[in-house]
Amino acid sequence: MPDHRTTQIYSVSRLTRKIKTLLEDRFPFVWISGEISNCAAPASGHFYFSLKDDQAVISGVMFKNQKRNLKFTLENGLKIMGLARLSLYEPRGNYQLIFEHMEPEGAGSLQKAFEQLKKKLGDEGLFDAAHKQPIPFFPCKISVITSGTGAAVRDIINIAERRFPNCRLEIVPVSVQGDTAQEEIVCAIELVNERRQADVIILARGGGSIEDLAAFNSEKVARSIFASHIPIITGIGHETDFTIADFAADVRAPTPSAAAELAVPEKKQLVRQITDMQVSLSAAMIQKLTYFHQKLDDLHSRLKSPVQIMANFKQTLASHCLRMQHAMHHCMAIKENRVTKAAATLAALNPASVLTRGYSVTRTLPDKKIIFDAKMVAYQDQIETILSQGRILTRVEKTIHGKDHI
Amino acid sequence: MAKITFEKALKQLEEIVREMESGDLPLEQALKKYETGIEKVKYCMEILDSTEKKITRLTRDIDGSVSEAPF
Repeated sequence: MPDHRTTQIYSVSRLTRKIKTLLEDRFPFVWISGEISNCAAPASGHFYFSLKDDQAVISGVMFKNQKRNLKFTLENGLKIMGLARLSLYEPRGNYQLIFEHMEPEGAGSLQKAFEQLKKKLGDEGLFDAAHKQPIPFFPCKISVITSGTGAAVRDIINIAERRFPNCRLEIVPVSVQGDTAQEEIVCAIELVNERRQADVIILARGGGSIEDLAAFNSEKVARSIFASHIPIITGIGHETDFTIADFAADVRAPTPSAAAELAVPEKKQLVRQITDMQVSLSAAMIQKLTYFHQKLDDLHSRLKSPVQIMANFKQTLASHCLRMQHAMHHCMAIKENRVTKAAATLAALNPASVLTRGYSVTRTLPDKKIIFDAKMVAYQDQIETILSQGRILTRVEKTIHGKDHI
Repeated sequence: MAKITFEKALKQLEEIVREMESGDLPLEQALKKYETGIEKVKYCMEILDSTEKKITRLTRDIDGSVSEAPF
């Protein structure tokens, strides 16, 4: 035994600090797996527990902030894998693992397998949009591949009946979890395809853990869905669950109920749609007929009978006749007037009236030419003078030329 | 009328309504379209109502025989 006087003497705290440094430097972060036991969740929100395997135990803690990010519940007996740093708590002299991250053991590997399979089938083109078949608008028969006893099948039947009371459903019961689930689902898809009766397939399952959904994450089921000639709608688990089957399906519905809604049209709405169109059709026809009636009435009113045409002509004729008579009368009146005026003028110019004033007209004999000039007669020519009353026959004694006449 | 799908009949009906509402169809054609339209309405309604309500259970036994029974 070494002499304590020749060796260094540690205080408790100094030694503890040395150990602390040693531990924390050597194991800054470690991945560790084990089973949770002795768990305690005090009001602080931190989570204290022991992590053990069959031979050893180590205390651990996950503080509130990190615990918040966990997607599962920590409980005794749960096997976990996590990332932690080793820490020594000096006042108590014990060490513990402070966890930064934790996941249930097995989940990680399942998740990894899921991602790998998804990538593999995706690369092969199984999920390509080009391969997706359209869901029939009005399916005559729907095959439902699901558990014959679960809530999913009830939900689907309820929704289908509500939307289309006289729908035609065919339930193909299968195990949706367990060793035989994969095979049964594949057989069911093949069976429905062989019979060629259904227009669409609903592949459904209620919610469950990732282990429960294993069959729907299998390559066999994915390939069988891809190979189906009948379009497949998946409704698997809850809204947040995505399975390989969902990716391979022609349409993915978030839940079994939603799958039924996608597959089954709403009868009421269809009936309303058809009725609306019937109403539109009749309205359009009535409008058309009304239009033609009006057009016909209009044309009819404009179509004249021969009697009408004759009457029109008669009227025109009468009117022309009347105008002609008026014009004639007018014309006659004007002429009459002119005649009256001319007669008056004529009366004024009558030589008889001049004669009555003492003038006379002298003419040669026997030519009876009115004598204007003395040169027209010669000595002893017989002439006659017309007076207002009677005539005088005389002979020319002498002619005097020139203008001096009186 | 040859048997066509419900969806097709519905589409044709829509088309007829559209033509009747928009077009300057001659009367004879309008009447013919109207008649066809009413036929389509009847046809669609018949399909909607003619489906027999049935929920069956389809199983295949180990020996490969397929059986269908009410669910």
